Amino acid sequence: MSRIGQTFIALKAHNRKALIPFITAGDPGKGLTVPLMHALVEAGADIIELGVPFSDPMADGPVIQRASERALANKVGLKDVLAMTAEFRKTNTTTPVVLMGYANPVERMGYETFALAAKAAGVDGVLTVDIPPEESAGVSDVFKAHGLDPIFLLSPTTPESRVEQVAAAAGGFIYYVSLKGVTGSANLDTEEVAQKLAMVRKHCSLPVGVGFGIRDAATAEAVARIADAVVVGSRIVNEIETAPEGECTNRVKHLVAELRRGVDAASK
Amino acid sequence: MKLTDLPDSRGHFGPYGGIFVAETLMAALDELRVEYDKARNDPAFIAEFEYELKHYVGRPSPVYHAKRLSEAYGGAQIYLKREDLNHTGAHKINNTIGQALLARRMGKKRVIAETGAGQHGVASATVAARYGMECVVYMGAEDVARQSPNVFRMKLLGATVVPVSSGSKTLKDALNEAMRDWVTNVESTFYILGTAAGPHPYPMLVRDFQCVIGRECLVQMPELAGRQPDAVIACVGGGSNAIGIFHPYIPHENVRLIGVEAGGSGVASGKHAAPLTAGTPGVLHGFRSYLMQDENGQIIETHSVSAGLDYPGVGPEHSYLKDAGRAEYVAIDDDEALAAFHDLCRYEGIIPALESSHAVAHAKKLAPTLGKDKIILVNLSGRGDKDINTVAKVSGITL
Repeated sequence: MSRIGQTFIALKAHNRKALIPFITAGDPGKGLTVPLMHALVEAGADIIELGVPFSDPMADGPVIQRASERALANKVGLKDVLAMTAEFRKTNTTTPVVLMGYANPVERMGYETFALAAKAAGVDGVLTVDIPPEESAGVSDVFKAHGLDPIFLLSPTTPESRVEQVAAAAGGFIYYVSLKGVTGSANLDTEEVAQKLAMVRKHCSLPVGVGFGIRDAATAEAVARIADAVVVGSRIVNEIETAPEGECTNRVKHLVAELRRGVDAASK
Repeated sequence: MKLTDLPDSRGHFGPYGGIFVAETLMAALDELRVEYDKARNDPAFIAEFEYELKHYVGRPSPVYHAKRLSEAYGGAQIYLKREDLNHTGAHKINNTIGQALLARRMGKKRVIAETGAGQHGVASATVAARYGMECVVYMGAEDVARQSPNVFRMKLLGATVVPVSSGSKTLKDALNEAMRDWVTNVESTFYILGTAAGPHPYPMLVRDFQCVIGRECLVQMPELAGRQPDAVIACVGGGSNAIGIFHPYIPHENVRLIGVEAGGSGVASGKHAAPLTAGTPGVLHGFRSYLMQDENGQIIETHSVSAGLDYPGVGPEHSYLKDAGRAEYVAIDDDEALAAFHDLCRYEGIIPALESSHAVAHAKKLAPTLGKDKIILVNLSGRGDKDINTVAKVSGITL
């Protein structure tokens, strides 16, 4: 079983929900990513989502796009992200790492070459935002063959008829994006999400993470009550963007610890 | 499978095309695919589209024998398909009318569009006014600054123009932003995509709406010249005017199809917008095609004197036609395009768009290699009024 699967089983045994923070690799600096990853774990992250910078992040809002631009200005590409994961793995062999990014950098490297290198570096799952199941024939099989979990998105606009198809291609967990719109948008209707998750669970036995719109302990708690995992991206990236130089890691640690308290409050 | 049968049911032209978007857009694209499938088989929809093209756009656009230009270029006879004479001054309106009619049929009251030079933005704002729809146009902040007359035109037509300051502040960033708007407002909004690119079904439906260009030529050329041309030349940015004139000619195997990309400062300089000439396949903006990208798969900035050709990708059907050997693709640099621009002004009294000037420039190269009895048909995709500031600037003239 993959590290992601093991993580969810261990959490369930303790009646806990997963916290999955997102950062973009190479933001704010090339050398800061690995220390940030360790800080996320210390503050309570169960799985780390590591963004692969891309020049045209179509599905992301302005906060994560700026992070991508900063990372690209720091000359960080897919190969560097794999090197960072390998570096992280030298001292952490238990926390799953999921790469989240767009198809083209992976396509350019070659899916087979990438899968081999990612597995060797210690990557556990891959979410290519712009490869839906319809286009993933071959891709998710290659990932699975190399022991990588292919993570897929579900959205409020996904019809029930598609959920099964997405679930069949997916591994690790399902990522339900709880808002229409891009990353970093406002408002979250947990009532509506809860209804949708009930429908998703009819067709899918994988754990379901919910992301988009979670910004503090209260929203984290609300989502943890209905989901198996809470994914937080833009709020953390925003903290990285606004932190004074030298304080980035501490600020992020503080925020993730707050989110952790929210997630754990849901289990009490 | 015949070349004309493409794409397949999921939008693939061989390895190209497809639907590479986030899950949030899948339902909307599926709805569009289903609705378009119904519309294109509905005689009432086709009849209304044709009525609008005739009475609002002014079609058919003429084919014109450019005798003085042919004489000057010293070889084959050059004929021009006059898309510059359409309402709003370019081929773009063919597509925006088709998509606006589709939007209305689907009950969408808000349309959005991306634009580079502003031509597609103006064509979208035009049809939104015509059909009483709200219109929001996304335009790179840099393009807003260098295309101010078109920005004002869109505003006159009642559209809201949103400058996009992310990334390189040009067309590709405007496209990213339009996609984001669509993801956010997917239930109320129809996205009028401006070229034969993007996720399925856009490359197919834009092509279908633009094919009126080539279909008219098939009738007009025998009337005017006694036969079909030996070569058809069109400029290629995203490639909608080119696929519109090429596609009906695909079964006519003796007709060479030549797409002309923007060579910018020269392909060797790296500063260009010629993915078919010097790029590699990849995935961007929802489809697989030839792209301008670096060794890490990041999209690289493009360069062209013509804003409408300044795009790092190209419609997937062109990638397929290139690999299949049915169409040839070449690059024309800024200087060559500008020279052809002046040629057409002086020899024929036609001020062409800088985009279309690239096609004329290739005719200038090809004509002398062919006999005077040969025929080249150039798609003059747009008029050049919008470009006079750019031409003045590169000529060192202050207006």
